[in-house]
Amino acid sequence: MKSTASFFLISFIIFPIYLHGQDDLFDMFEKEETNFAYASFKSTRIVLGQSIENPKNGSLNMEIQHQFGNMNGGGYELWGLDQATMRFGFDYGITNWLAVGVGRSSLNKTYDGHVKTKILRQSSGARKMPIALSYFGGVYYNSLKWEDPDRENYEVSRLSYAHQLLIARKFTKNITFQITPSFIHRNLVETAEDENDVFSVGAGGRFKLTKWISINAEYFYLLPGNTADKFEDSFSVGVDIETGGHVFQVYLTNSQGMQEPYFIANTSDSWSNGDLHLAFNLIRTFSLKKPDSFKKDKKEKKNKKEDKKE
Amino acid sequence: MKRIFTLSAIILICHTIQAQKYVTKNGHIKFFSETPVESIEAHNNQVNSALDISNGNFIFKVLIKSFEFKKALMQEHFNENYMESDKIPNAMFSGKIENMSSINFNADGVYDVQVKGKLTIHGVTKEIENSGSFEIKGEKIIAKSIFHVKPSDYDIKIAKAVEDQIAKSIEVTVDITLDKMQ
Repeated sequence: MKSTASFFLISFIIFPIYLHGQDDLFDMFEKEETNFAYASFKSTRIVLGQSIENPKNGSLNMEIQHQFGNMNGGGYELWGLDQATMRFGFDYGITNWLAVGVGRSSLNKTYDGHVKTKILRQSSGARKMPIALSYFGGVYYNSLKWEDPDRENYEVSRLSYAHQLLIARKFTKNITFQITPSFIHRNLVETAEDENDVFSVGAGGRFKLTKWISINAEYFYLLPGNTADKFEDSFSVGVDIETGGHVFQVYLTNSQGMQEPYFIANTSDSWSNGDLHLAFNLIRTFSLKKPDSFKKDKKEKKNKKEDKKE
Repeated sequence: MKRIFTLSAIILICHTIQAQKYVTKNGHIKFFSETPVESIEAHNNQVNSALDISNGNFIFKVLIKSFEFKKALMQEHFNENYMESDKIPNAMFSGKIENMSSINFNADGVYDVQVKGKLTIHGVTKEIENSGSFEIKGEKIIAKSIFHVKPSDYDIKIAKAVEDQIAKSIEVTVDITLDKMQ
């Protein structure tokens, strides 16, 4: 009698699991997954400076960037539209965490090459990481003719370098912030007082207004020194508009140049004087590599064809 | 003695129920959207599915982020702007095989299958009914089905700019191989 009672008792404990229907089947897949943050920024740049985003594995980004002249030049200069500094470049994602790029800017006819690599990815769930961390390294080659060809000129004096750590957090689906400690080294500077090494800390972020439009802002603070005394901090505000494979960025900035040594360490115009530049970036993405599942599909088709032949 | 008997009976019952489950964690689901402007295709090779042949319960759990697109940027837009995968990571199906009696799970062969249940996509649940096939091959069941899903039914808003590029009705192809649970 006792055992019959215990049988019913145990049955009541066990059977409801099966009576519940599909729950027991779903239970088999109850495993906490790691959710990686994605789309922290719409483009690989916040405004002028680099963002935590990389071109995806196998994606080639073509960048066309324009900065017009000073807006306070008045109607005679059509508020700066008469002049333009431009850069075009290509950025390629070798993997999802490693990208390389090249470009050339009309400012000092400077060529650039860079590498950007993700070190940490922001994630929640099974594996938690509050921030994303990337490294950006660039090298810049000024190809202007020598000012004084008669003196002894060294090819290495054309080179500058930039190293940056990009530390970002996507707080909500609309808000992302990034801190960017930066180090610029220039092999040759104009005068003996000028610093070869310049340290700066950048801060930037975006706020998404709609699914396709965000407002971005970015500030580079020059650490006290000769450069900070002589030059201005770079500050830019812009709007990102995304349409399928394009990102269009329109912005206002006091900087000239779209390469790190110029806009971080060589900004001479200031917002207080209204010495601003209207500017835009156009980034177009091309997918060059097919993901694995598409390759597999092809293989299957091939196999099927071969099967038929046999 | 009786106690041992009942206990072993329970264990046996549990065991037989266990053995009547078929499961996979790498099933394949493809979806295909076709318009005159553009064809879009995506594959997910990490589909979770389970079938209990003791009662015909059949479920799917699909991680939306695992869908791979030809263009990585499209994949990002799919997750960020359409499926809102951060908020709603999974799509689910929870249903039943309607014609269990006409399937002999012990005999190899291909059987027509009627499935009825609840499909949850983008947090919206709809009753669906669909047919497909089971190919039974020893300890394996190859389940296949094709059906159509309307994004508008599941509150998935398509931006005006790309309206012409995304089909009103999207073809979903399910192709999974379930293994008998030991």
